[in-house]
Formats: sequence, structure tokens, C-alpha cells
Amino acid sequence: MTFSPQGPTNDPTNDAPEPAIRRNAAKAAQAPRQRVSSGSVDGVAAWRRLLRVGRPRATRANALAAVLAIALGGAIAAQVQLTNERDLDQLSQSDLIRVLDDVSLRATRLDQQVRELEATRDRLKSGVGTSSEAIAQAQKRVDTLGILAGTLGAQGPGIVLTIRDPSRAVTGPIILDVMQELRDAGAEAIDIGGVRAVASTFIGDDNGTLTVDGVGIARPVVIKAIGDRKTLASAMSIPGGIVETVRQKGASASVAEQSTVKITSLHTPAPMTHAKPVP
Amino acid sequence: MIPVLGLVVGLALGLLLDPSVPVWLQPYLPIAVIAALDAVFGAVRAVLDGIFNDKVFVVSFLSNVVVAAFIVFLGDQLGVGAQLSTGVVVVLGIRIFSNVASIRRHLFKA
Repeated sequence: MTFSPQGPTNDPTNDAPEPAIRRNAAKAAQAPRQRVSSGSVDGVAAWRRLLRVGRPRATRANALAAVLAIALGGAIAAQVQLTNERDLDQLSQSDLIRVLDDVSLRATRLDQQVRELEATRDRLKSGVGTSSEAIAQAQKRVDTLGILAGTLGAQGPGIVLTIRDPSRAVTGPIILDVMQELRDAGAEAIDIGGVRAVASTFIGDDNGTLTVDGVGIARPVVIKAIGDRKTLASAMSIPGGIVETVRQKGASASVAEQSTVKITSLHTPAPMTHAKPVP
Repeated sequence: MIPVLGLVVGLALGLLLDPSVPVWLQPYLPIAVIAALDAVFGAVRAVLDGIFNDKVFVVSFLSNVVVAAFIVFLGDQLGVGAQLSTGVVVVLGIRIFSNVASIRRHLFKA
């Protein structure tokens, strides 16, 4: 490369030993028009000269120039494409270091992101676990309380006690005893003549008609209880128990153990006017 | 006309044929291209200055390319390839700019 900081004289074609005018005389004679007219030109003349020089001429130098131009064009295109499809193995060391830096930086950032997202996921997962667990527990509690309060139907093993009493000798206190005995024996749900018996249930006697929670019940009285059927049955039949008491009154009572007793009667709870839950 | 046509033809060929540059040539090609461009602009300027010479153009073109490639090669061997390439590009860029400025003054009188 021939670089000298001297302005106009430093262009590569200028380092010719002689200017074009004093060129090889033979060559000039062969192709007079090939000669570029001497001297610096400006404006229109410059354009004209550029066109004239660029005109195709069948000389060796012109062919060489064309070849070089083609080579230059091809090289530019190839280099551009090479740069576009540059792969890692063609990068210089500093480029590779920069790429590596970039990649490791991004990897660190992504790692951190992964950790954050995993933490979030775990939190959400455990949150879902506890809340679903809590929902299940709450549902269980609602079911239990619903059965105890009589707001839900219930089914399960239990007994059906039928009291046949043509002489209407069985009165309210006896039914109350039955209910008490069943509760003592662990009955979880009790139905007396189609009325659900709950904590607030009262038994009445209205001119020989038994009433439960104010609702008259038909005879024979059918009492259904859900609980451990052996315990319930023995609680009814023990000596001095309900069955015997009823028999002494001149009525008959029978206890049937059943594997599935279904109680569908419901109790409508009265709204609490005084009692409030303790927070 | 011929150089411009040649450049266009070469570009088209390079794009169409998609030549794979040999690995040993890859570090030198970009610098060589810049050097060749410098020679081309110098030639145009020489035409307008009235001192153009075909032979000088061809020789300067080739020597520019070879010297540029050699400088890059030397820089790579000395371990300062990147810096030296940058330097060569800067120098060639300055030359191209000054040549273009001269051409512009000739053609547009400005």
C-alpha cells in the first residue's frame, strides 16, 4: 500500500512513473483514441471524459480492468454473504469472547428468571394444595354439621323402630325417652314419623295425637336412626328399655337392623336472634 | 462504463453463484475489497486529472489488494490483527473519501 498524507498526489494511479501523456508511444499510436486527453478537467468536460474513458474498447488493459472489476464485484458479494452467514468458527478471538460474555450474561439472567419462576410455581402449588385441603376440610365439617343440624339428608347403617299402638297408650314422654336413648346410643341422625329430630326438637301430645316439633305424626310410629346398628338395637331392647316399656303399655315395638337407613326429612333451622358466634 | 458493468456483473455472479470463500482467504477478503475500492476511486480521479494509465491502474489495483492482505496476515502473525485491520480500513477510508471529494470537485465543481 502506498499511503502518504500528501493529498492529491497520493492516489494509487498517481504513482505511475510518468503521467499518461508521455505514455508508451507505440501504444498510443496503435489506439489513438485510447489516450486520455491530458490535463485536469472540470464540469461538463469532466463528464464527457469519464464517458469516453468508460466506453468499451478492445484493448488488453480494458479487458484486464473489466476482469478486475468483475473480481471486485464478486469479492464484495461473497464477503457480504460471508458476513451475513458468519458462524462461530469464523469469528475472531475478541468476537468470540464478546459472544461468550453475552451468552453467559444471558444465561445468568435466564437462570435467575428460572429460579424466580420456580419459586412462584412452588408457592402457587403449595397454595393450591393448602386451599384445596382447607376446602375439603370445610366441606367435611359442613356435611357433619348439616347432618347434626338436620339440614342435610343422611344415609347409613342403623335401625328402624316401629311402635304399633292401637290403644294410643304411647305418649309423648315415651317418644322423648326413645329419642334420648337413641342419642345416648350414638345415633347421628334421627327421624320420628317423618320429622327430623334435632337438638331443638320437642315432643308434644295433642289429645292423643303425638306431635314432633308441632307436626302430628301418624301411628304406627316409625322411628329411624342412623348409627352403629348393634348398639342402637341393643339400647332399644335392653331389659327395662324402650321395647319393654312400650310392651308394658300394651303396645308392641319391633326393632329392625338395616344396613342402609335413609333419612330424607330435613329440619329448617330457625334464625338465631340472640346467640352470636364468639369470634 | 466497463468497470461499472464489470462491477455489476461481478456482484450478480457473486450473488447467484454464492461462492464459498476458502477459509485461508476469509481474513483477507474484506481488507482486500476495501483496498480494491480505493484503487478504483483513485483511477476515476486520475482520469479526471488527466493522468490515467491503464497499466498503472491494473498494477495499483493488484498491489493494493496484495499489500492489504499482507498487512492483515502480518498483523495476525504478530497478534495485532484486529488493530492493524482497523488501521488499514481507516487509512483506506480516508483515501477513498479524499478521492471521492476530488472526483466530486471535478464533476460538480463543488
